[in-house]
Amino acid sequence: MNLALALKEALLAAFIAGTLFIPIVGMILDNRNLIYELPRALMFAAVVFVGRLGMTLWAQQRTRRQIAGAEESRIAGALGGVYASLEERRRWVIPLCLAMLVAIPFSPFATNYLIQIMSLTCIYVMLGTGLNIVVGLAGLLDLGYVAFYAVGAYGYALLAKHVGINFWEAVPIMAALAATAGCVLGFPVLRMHGDYLAIVTLGFGEIIRILLVNMVRLTGGPNGMSAPRPTLFGLEFTNTPGGGGTPFHEFFGIPFDAKYRYIFIYLLTLLFAGLAILVFRRLREMPIGRAWEALREDEIACKALGINHTTTKLSAFTLGAAFGGMGGVLFATMEGFINPSSFTFLESAIILSIVVLGGMGSIMGVIFAAVAITLLPELFREFQQYRMLVFGLAMVIIMIWRPGGLLKVRRRVFTRAEAHLPAASAAD
Amino acid sequence: MPSVITVDNLSIRFGGLLALSEVSFDVEEGSITAIIGPNGAGKTTLFNCITGFYRPTSGEIRSVRAGREYALHKLPIHRIARLGVGRTYQNIRLFGQMTALENLLVAQHSFVNHHLLSGIFRTPAFRRSESEAQERAWHWLRFMGLERVANQEAGNLPYGLQRRLEVARAMAGQPRLICLDEPAAGLNQQETHELNEVILKLRHEHRVSVLLIEHHMGVVMNISDKVVVLDHGVVISSGTPAEVQRDPAVIKAYLGEEDAAAVPHAGSL
Repeated sequence: MNLALALKEALLAAFIAGTLFIPIVGMILDNRNLIYELPRALMFAAVVFVGRLGMTLWAQQRTRRQIAGAEESRIAGALGGVYASLEERRRWVIPLCLAMLVAIPFSPFATNYLIQIMSLTCIYVMLGTGLNIVVGLAGLLDLGYVAFYAVGAYGYALLAKHVGINFWEAVPIMAALAATAGCVLGFPVLRMHGDYLAIVTLGFGEIIRILLVNMVRLTGGPNGMSAPRPTLFGLEFTNTPGGGGTPFHEFFGIPFDAKYRYIFIYLLTLLFAGLAILVFRRLREMPIGRAWEALREDEIACKALGINHTTTKLSAFTLGAAFGGMGGVLFATMEGFINPSSFTFLESAIILSIVVLGGMGSIMGVIFAAVAITLLPELFREFQQYRMLVFGLAMVIIMIWRPGGLLKVRRRVFTRAEAHLPAASAAD
Repeated sequence: MPSVITVDNLSIRFGGLLALSEVSFDVEEGSITAIIGPNGAGKTTLFNCITGFYRPTSGEIRSVRAGREYALHKLPIHRIARLGVGRTYQNIRLFGQMTALENLLVAQHSFVNHHLLSGIFRTPAFRRSESEAQERAWHWLRFMGLERVANQEAGNLPYGLQRRLEVARAMAGQPRLICLDEPAAGLNQQETHELNEVILKLRHEHRVSVLLIEHHMGVVMNISDKVVVLDHGVVISSGTPAEVQRDPAVIKAYLGEEDAAAVPHAGSL
């Protein structure tokens, strides 16, 4: 047991707690006089100290038991136990988080504004997950990801206008269309690496945006075009339906409230973001996901192991683009109106920074970064002029503080299935 | 003995440099063949031709599998690998940020179930294929004595273990021929000895043919069935280790001619 390490960690935690608690509980503003109540703050810090010490020692104890007999490194000793218990807790933490996310829009303090921000966050989680396939797993720097997002959004708006498809039909169609666009972009850039690839993808993103601006007769140019709202089994979320369908509130016999639509769209984006994460998780543990990562690590070794690098790279572009296309449909249906200014290079940069800041290849990292990147500009809305400044500063600080992103990917840990062990070697 | 691979009149030219000139030899099934030669003799170039990294200027590399003859010099790298040619590298090329076990799973890519939908929906067939792949990976980790580091990132392993992991990764691809490019480089006496054992075991237990580039004569002379000596891109001798050791041409290539050796070099400086 490493008592010195535990003490050091506990002291650090207590110090941080102390500095936080002194202004919170250590000072009382009585009319105009500040009354200092330092003992109270110190007491809180002491509780933190004891708690942290106990936790570290407990984790060490656990780890010791778990890896008894195996080689142990000091770091693994301190962290292994904590990770293991996290793994166990996941069973109920994830459903709990999901339940909370579903419940939030129904709570009284959820305004339409808040729900819309949360929907946007979900869309960014989805886009971040898609780009994570291309950049995080396959290691292909794509600066034009927004192109697929635009293909999805405009494709939906155009097909709805001319062919009359609805949201549910649009999702698979646009996923396929964006995937095709990804494949088309993938072909010419297969031989490129790093900087060159980044420049070509950047160009591709700009081409799509400029097309949208200039094909005025088709896309409405800078004026944009409207996209239909989603429906729930044909039920519309409007007061007086234009298409002649039944409105949602009439069907259920409840008074009309615009909020229902916001909630519905939020739940949709949550569903799609959840599905995207699920698929990403599976992909990462599939042969194709492993091949992507191997390709990122060493292309030559990959080929010599029988991996066709052409199809592997193309599949990363294609699948990543499909996620982007679906994100575009969601965005169009949420906003109800799209124009080219939503698909600028800045948008690509934001999605890329979600992936890079969050930690390449990491799922939780992308979620945290997407939340931070959509919430921070909203929180700093009062400082309009300084918003981008703070945003940029936050990024610089994170890159200095954690160059690998907020969360590093934890590799999957394999345990040997006992059942398959031959009898003779079961002992070791 | 049928041969697993036949190199026939192979030449490769880089601009004005003839790196390999009419090299011919074959690797018999289940044999250990060593390629030796001074630095710059073209050994690694020969390896790169066999594994498809370079296209030869002329000549052929043939391999027979399941009654069909394949012209390896016309196939892309990944197709050659799928025909059962595995290799390791002089400067290690592992997937550094992936664990040792994941490295071996990547190696089995071409024969695991990699259908996209069956993986996303985790069908029983997919899960079976994955657990078989993991079993094979564990087998090779155990074989190379790497079980304990299975879940450690390959890039963080000590040098000796990385070399072993490269062999394990090549073997996980179930090759018929494994090409080892200086496997003993940087290993100490004990590790070199263990390497010898491993190579012999590969041949005996797993019926794999071995093609080996090595500078360490202890390894070459102890375990090879056949030695091919290259100098300036030309095969100057081939045969059993004992034959090659006695060949005056080999002695000349390694030690220089007696007259030449007698000339004092200091005078020309």
